[in-house]
Amino acid sequence: MRRRVLEPAITSDRQRAGSQSFPLSERLAGAARPGYDGGVTLAVVVRGLGGGALIGLAAAIALAVHGRIAGISGILGRALDGGAGRTFRFGFLAGLVATGVVVAAIAPSAFGGGVRGLPALAVAGALVGIGTTLSNGCTSGHGVCGLARLSPRSFAAVAAFMVTAAITVALVGPHA
Amino acid sequence: MIGFALAAISGAVFALGLALGGMTIPAKITGFLDIGGAWDPALAFVMAGAIAVYAPAVRLLQRRPRPLVAERYHWPTPRAIDARLVGGAAIFGVGWGLSGYCPGPALASLTGGAPSAVVFVAAMIAGTAVTRAALGARR
Repeated sequence: MRRRVLEPAITSDRQRAGSQSFPLSERLAGAARPGYDGGVTLAVVVRGLGGGALIGLAAAIALAVHGRIAGISGILGRALDGGAGRTFRFGFLAGLVATGVVVAAIAPSAFGGGVRGLPALAVAGALVGIGTTLSNGCTSGHGVCGLARLSPRSFAAVAAFMVTAAITVALVGPHA
Repeated sequence: MIGFALAAISGAVFALGLALGGMTIPAKITGFLDIGGAWDPALAFVMAGAIAVYAPAVRLLQRRPRPLVAERYHWPTPRAIDARLVGGAAIFGVGWGLSGYCPGPALASLTGGAPSAVVFVAAMIAGTAVTRAALGARR
């Protein structure tokens, strides 16, 4: 059902956009193609900045109330650790997961289906769990909180994961 | 109790931001990473919006002696830019590029992105647990 949204893009992106035939100038002008809603339109900017502002606000609440960094991989990984942080981690995870469930019930189009088969997603999940635990952070902890705090470690981490993620997509494509 | 409720509100606002920003649609993430193809800029605006709000908030909060319900601020303590940091981030990037999921959007997508997000999260928790155990054993 959800994959239907993606399917027109699979052939049209490959045929028309490919790698070279869709120049940056055209992309920035918000050129529309079947199955592709990218491009810098006003709606993209407003939704992106608005969604980001909410994420920044949520992270600010976590810091103001509990003095904690809103890094999801760390919150999840240490959820079962004891101590004073436990209330924060359980509360945050409950709010995150429950709100996802409510939004999915009200606005299912806010969610997309998987871009790979389940075996590949299992491999990807394991890599994300291993990698974020080793590097102490993910897109939220390093990408949002760390960059905003001008943490040199976070700049290094974000550079590393952006590069390998882009290489991965270049090698296997944006979807199966 | 108030601590739990305010933490839940923080998590809820976080999830709303992810959904509004399109971050719970994996194709938008891989579209952003597909810089040579049909590039989707949404993630860049989400990151910019989040940092624009959080960066000044951090500066204001740093002047306060302590958080609302905790004894002190828990700032990250590691300082070294080492192989574990860069290598771990590189491994994370491969999984992120492969799936279009990072931890937050995956957890927010458990029903909206089922069964993909469920499989991803189960494997992510397993990978996290095994790695934590291995690191703990080495210490």
